[in-house]
Amino acid sequence: MIVTAAGGFVIQLRNLSAIILPVMHIAGLHKVFDNDVVAIENLSLEIQPGEFVAILGPSGCGKSTLLRIIAGLERPSSGTIEIGSGKIAYVFQDAHLLPWRNVLRNAALPLELKGAGRSERTAAAREALEQVGLADAVERYPAQLSGGMKMRVSLARALVTHPDLLLLDEPFAALDEINRQKLDEQLRELWLRHRMTVVFVTHSTAEATFLANRAVVLSSRPGRVVADLAVDLPEKRISAVRSSPRFGEITHGIYDALERGGA
Amino acid sequence: MKPARTIFGALWPPGVVLIAAILTLHVWARILNKPYLLPTPDAVAKITIDRRGDLLASLWTTTEAALIGFFCSAGGGIAAGMALSASSLIRRAFYPYTVFFQTVPIVAIAPLLMIWCGPGLGAVALCAFIVSVFPVIAGTLSGLLSTDPALEDLFRLYGASRWARLWKLKLPSALPSIFTGLRVAAGLAVIGTVVGEFLVGLFGPGEGLGVRIVSAKKQGRTDEVFAAVLIASLLGLAMFAGINLAAKLLLGRWHASEQDD
Repeated sequence: MIVTAAGGFVIQLRNLSAIILPVMHIAGLHKVFDNDVVAIENLSLEIQPGEFVAILGPSGCGKSTLLRIIAGLERPSSGTIEIGSGKIAYVFQDAHLLPWRNVLRNAALPLELKGAGRSERTAAAREALEQVGLADAVERYPAQLSGGMKMRVSLARALVTHPDLLLLDEPFAALDEINRQKLDEQLRELWLRHRMTVVFVTHSTAEATFLANRAVVLSSRPGRVVADLAVDLPEKRISAVRSSPRFGEITHGIYDALERGGA
Repeated sequence: MKPARTIFGALWPPGVVLIAAILTLHVWARILNKPYLLPTPDAVAKITIDRRGDLLASLWTTTEAALIGFFCSAGGGIAAGMALSASSLIRRAFYPYTVFFQTVPIVAIAPLLMIWCGPGLGAVALCAFIVSVFPVIAGTLSGLLSTDPALEDLFRLYGASRWARLWKLKLPSALPSIFTGLRVAAGLAVIGTVVGEFLVGLFGPGEGLGVRIVSAKKQGRTDEVFAAVLIASLLGLAMFAGINLAAKLLLGRWHASEQDD
């Protein structure tokens, strides 16, 4: 699907687009809000299928806006964005669960909205919850969960559709350091297993280095790409990676780019 | 959880106030010694027991009208709130007029209702409805309009239908706010009913507590006025408690305002 500047949708033949448009292609993207704030200016970016990309930048640089445009929740003011025809999932800054549903039914929500049958969505939700380590908590309600557990449910809800493109907007920022690192490790594991495309917005240089294969740094508002760095760490990352010299170098590289961008 | 302590802890402060108030009233009424102005609490209790048959019949009539008025308010108010939430144009066009229900002086228009509908159950229930519908509309509307935007995005992302958005997201999110409106409406419905019944009483014979208050007052039976007022207040309280119970059953597991401690 291509979204053009005028907001018109060009629906491609599904099968065809999956073959010829596996790459996410963003070109000359501008986003100006109603209050004349220019959030994004002339941003171009290409993301390969199966890539794990971290997007960093100072507060208000349009990172979240970019993610919302990719998800189709917001329209660009001009420029084009092409994404494949795959399934998209989105994880917000906070868990945003439905408080009247238990964990299982929260995780099953996307499939329910897409019209899947009860047994199918229950099985898929159980599987997704198992992947985030919540197999024992399916009957509980959000009010009975800790912040870290809520975020895991939110992650399971995103995984339940087996997305081809997973968008995360500073998902673990509100958690304490230990929970955050645990969830980072889990997310990396999940990516290694499923190899979906991941775009992960974060403030943390260390989190970006640990998680991603590539770090894209945006400038302060209006957001442009300042640096596009490869994170050449081993594929499988364990906690010890964080103390390796290369980890420190990459983190510093990202930090320098952030400073250049006016953070 | 210490339920025994909790129940006692919840009941003793208002209990002490109640006993103190009854004692004070008693002493005051004795000193004043004018039963047509202020009967003693035991005189009120005595007349309540002596005339329990009449009072129960009145209570039933009032309850019926108040419940009809309340359920019309609940149904109509929630439906109106949903209609108003549907578009900002509808809202801008109609919401100012719903405020009419809030500001209309019911005592002034009740005689009109009696003339139009006849002094009976219909007119009285209509009074109850007019007085109690606005909080339900306002509660429903504000609840439906304050849905978590992130969840709305999520529903949009997964291609949820309008119906699914309303039924699976907006209405459940709005429930606490709707119940706040219903709680206020429950008390107001009883007030509207009794006001309506005053007017019925002026028109002629009738059964409700409001009618009984008017006729007892005419005959200088102040103790019976007190008894009827007390019963009407208890009816309002009972309806309020009923709503609370329903809220607890529906929201108990998840909503913060319904959680113990």
